[in-house]
Amino acid sequence: MKCSVLTLVGADQAGIVAAVTDALYKQGCSLAQASMMRLGANFAIMLRVSHDEAKDLRNILSEICENMSLHLHIDEDVDTDVLRPDPDVQVTVYGADRNGIVAQVTSALAVAGLNIIDLETDLGGTKDKPIYIMTLEGLATKGVESLQNALNALNSDIEVNLDEINTLRG
Amino acid sequence: MEILTYPDQRLKQISESVESIDKDVLNFIHELEQARMAGPGAVGIAAPQVNNFQRIVIVDVSDMRKPVDNHGHLIMINPEIAAWDGMHMGREGCLSVPDFTGNVIRAEKIKLNYMDETGETHEFESSGFEARAIQHELDHLDGLLFLDRLVSRRSDLFKRKNYKK
Repeated sequence: MKCSVLTLVGADQAGIVAAVTDALYKQGCSLAQASMMRLGANFAIMLRVSHDEAKDLRNILSEICENMSLHLHIDEDVDTDVLRPDPDVQVTVYGADRNGIVAQVTSALAVAGLNIIDLETDLGGTKDKPIYIMTLEGLATKGVESLQNALNALNSDIEVNLDEINTLRG
Repeated sequence: MEILTYPDQRLKQISESVESIDKDVLNFIHELEQARMAGPGAVGIAAPQVNNFQRIVIVDVSDMRKPVDNHGHLIMINPEIAAWDGMHMGREGCLSVPDFTGNVIRAEKIKLNYMDETGETHEFESSGFEARAIQHELDHLDGLLFLDRLVSRRSDLFKRKNYKK
């Protein structure tokens, strides 16, 4: 068995998820992690799939990609036994929309030792007064204080909140 | 002691109240604590997780890397939550659900009755992380896993902030 990471993007329409996953299922492929969402008028799929070495994923999905106008990208996942790291911090950011919020916040956090595991952003508010919202989770490789100091030094036009994630195991 | 892991359906079983605290119960509590200690950083354990369907749980959040309010090492027999207050989202994992964590909403504060291993009854209030651990373990006694209470990570936007005191 080997693992591959698939990315599929195309104009949103009903039935994309069903068509893609059904084709993979019928060829004996196994879905592991998946993240799928509508991005504007597009639908984007990211999938980690384990499958027989002999299976040609591009061939399996070619007809669906053609019929539904989906772009397919395939990467081989080199580390098949990797355990998921548990994020230990969560950062939420919001403010009046402007260019550079993500770049500014993530650059400061990267220097301060944050390894991002999950990040999402969205636009809310009204057309006249849009607001930008970002949530991210990650590993504080240089400690939480380093991240907090980096966030404290950011522009004051955005609201930033850092919470430690204290995972309970019971 | 073997820890049952989902999808073992025995984890969905409802546990029975303990009628009397005899030698067998005391021996079992000792073994249950050993199973908890053997787990990776487990702050609690419930009897059904080791294939024993009596209403017994152990919770101890007194040894966290970042200290939290706590009542020390708690052995709880026939525990019952009498009152709930507030809500808080937090991340949970479970010895019975390896390699997965998820967000769960729990009461921020609870009032609890239980019997200890000497048969003495207690009533106390718990809040925050300890209250979360107690609710997680008590769920096991009713055949519930944190998987039954999962909420999307995407719904976490700013909720924590609203509940901050």
